Amino acid sequence: MNKPRVAIFDFACCEGCQLQIVDMEEDILNLLTLVTPVEWREAMSESSEEYDIAIIEGSITRASDEERLKVIRSKAKILIALGACATIGGVNKLANNFENIEEVKRYVYEDASRMPHLISQPVKAVNEVVTVDFMIHGCPITISEFAYILRCLLIGTTPVIPNFSVCVECKMRENICRYEYNEICLGPVTRAGCNAPCPSGGIWCFGCRGYVDDPNVNAAMDVMEYYHKTPADLVSRLALFNSPQETKNG
Amino acid sequence: MAKIIDLKVHHITRVEGHGNITLHAVDGKIDKIEWQVPEAPRFFEAMVRGRKWEDIQTIVSRICGICSVAHSLASLKAIEDAMDIAVSPQTDKLRMLALYGEIIESHVLHIGYLAAPDLLGTKSVVPLVSSHPDLVHCIMRLHKLGNTMMQLIAGRKTHPVTFRPGGFGALPNAATLRELITLFRAALADLQTLGDAVYSVKEKLPAFERDTEYVALVDRGTYTFYHGNIGSSDTTNTVAVQKFKQVANEYVVEQSTAKWAKWHRDSYMVGALARFNLNAAHLQPGAAELARYFGLYQGICNPFLNTVAQLVEVMHAVEHSLELADSLLVAGIQPEVPHVTPKAGWGAGAVEAPRGILFHSYAFDDNGTCTGGNMTIPTNQNHANIQLDMEKLAPTLINLPPEEIKLKLEMLVRAYDPCISCSTH
Repeated sequence: MNKPRVAIFDFACCEGCQLQIVDMEEDILNLLTLVTPVEWREAMSESSEEYDIAIIEGSITRASDEERLKVIRSKAKILIALGACATIGGVNKLANNFENIEEVKRYVYEDASRMPHLISQPVKAVNEVVTVDFMIHGCPITISEFAYILRCLLIGTTPVIPNFSVCVECKMRENICRYEYNEICLGPVTRAGCNAPCPSGGIWCFGCRGYVDDPNVNAAMDVMEYYHKTPADLVSRLALFNSPQETKNG
Repeated sequence: MAKIIDLKVHHITRVEGHGNITLHAVDGKIDKIEWQVPEAPRFFEAMVRGRKWEDIQTIVSRICGICSVAHSLASLKAIEDAMDIAVSPQTDKLRMLALYGEIIESHVLHIGYLAAPDLLGTKSVVPLVSSHPDLVHCIMRLHKLGNTMMQLIAGRKTHPVTFRPGGFGALPNAATLRELITLFRAALADLQTLGDAVYSVKEKLPAFERDTEYVALVDRGTYTFYHGNIGSSDTTNTVAVQKFKQVANEYVVEQSTAKWAKWHRDSYMVGALARFNLNAAHLQPGAAELARYFGLYQGICNPFLNTVAQLVEVMHAVEHSLELADSLLVAGIQPEVPHVTPKAGWGAGAVEAPRGILFHSYAFDDNGTCTGGNMTIPTNQNHANIQLDMEKLAPTLINLPPEEIKLKLEMLVRAYDPCISCSTH
């Protein structure tokens, strides 16, 4: 069997999810026996117009980047969105919460904000521009999940991504609920699969993996009420990673 | 017929983020040489407005995946400055350990995975796996050490979770510190191997010099990454971190979506070489020995040696981490819980990120809601210096084959280990 050719491309992001791949250390050598990397700008100088699997990191913030992404989509048999910036827009979508993108630009670049090379548009997740075949959630991604999804692709099975809340994994790690510390935690509505590193590190869940399908909003409201919190408390924190999506798939 | 060189490097590889190099010359006369940054701006300074004081470090760590600990710490120091929050010596030491983890991880990534292929004549680290297996495994172990430090102290190797304004949400225990000490001792041998490997190819680093202003944190008798004021090789006066805008003087140019900076001259350099040039007298003994071995001296102004200065700093970081972990173990970890009452104010914070001095500042209202932010990133402060280095270097290369010109210009950019998407925050 020919090894699938994999290309990794990055758009607006911190490139931390690519770094998780580098951080596989020795395991990356095993991965190289199964796939052939043909383009990965951050790690290698080769590039290629032909690939089977395209991995996309980052959000889409310019018309030129939309075009670049569409070209990649047309060449790839399988397209994977890597990390929160790609899957849900991530923290980048905070920029969409203001009056308009021009105001945001002016705040940062002041008088220079009209210069043509600084052109920008409201932030989009990858699936708001092209069809996405698989999503690898998280900010950053969890490398065991990355490896699992790739493994499924290579043997032709469909990966099963957790469709229950972070609370499940948090409880299994025997953490005390963050609400007991009088904090707002997004665990009840957020998709698991990360093994709750944030509550285990002494802070609340920020919701970086996006909402679980059909979140149990009523139960979340009960928790809020029990701990004397209001929906307004929740909304401010939800904005961090879960600003609205235009479309939704996968 | 005129001999035309028209070199366009679109999205230079083996660096973080998107940068281009353009060179145009006719009959050996250069009419255009540019270091361009087309990276998509992300507007973090505007995005933090309206967010709570306790969510800031989580948002801004996402400026950079490779230096998320430095961004978190600079923001925490700015928040603590704004709200007059004091932290314990234990908190400072643990934060420094996490920051050293990032320095080690980032520097080894650059030396081993990004720069080494140029010195060993390959296009990536992949061929080195079979040609230099022992070296690659040594690099991987050192890289992993930095990651393990961040995992154990910051709760995660990218985007820390234990850091909070005023202290830590979760603390390591004595067993963790002992585990780290064992790893530090083992790393000293690997550093010897890596040092010898870099030494054996150091002639491949171009002998290029340009008199340059160097800027870094300086602090009474230490090779500081975390405390102190802003220092420059151009003056003996230091500047308080709160006045960082007077140092960076950021401005926008057409060739870059990332802002540029200048202080006493048209450009300055930050990063390992800048820290070395300002603070080399205070290196740990093994690091000082390594610097002597490579012939580094204070005042050296060859940007290609930034990679060697990074190697020296990895040694320093391991040696100092050993001291820090030992002193924490002797004192015993105290179960401190941060208690913060938010209040209105403005504050600034600085740390030395792997690529150089990093500034954050924020303003908050009475409820602790952020009303504005400003971040000046190391690579912002290096872009103008890369441009000026290129302008001096390119004419010396012009008679070389085009591939060789391209490689040398790319190597110059890589020597700065630029964090381009970070600089276009």
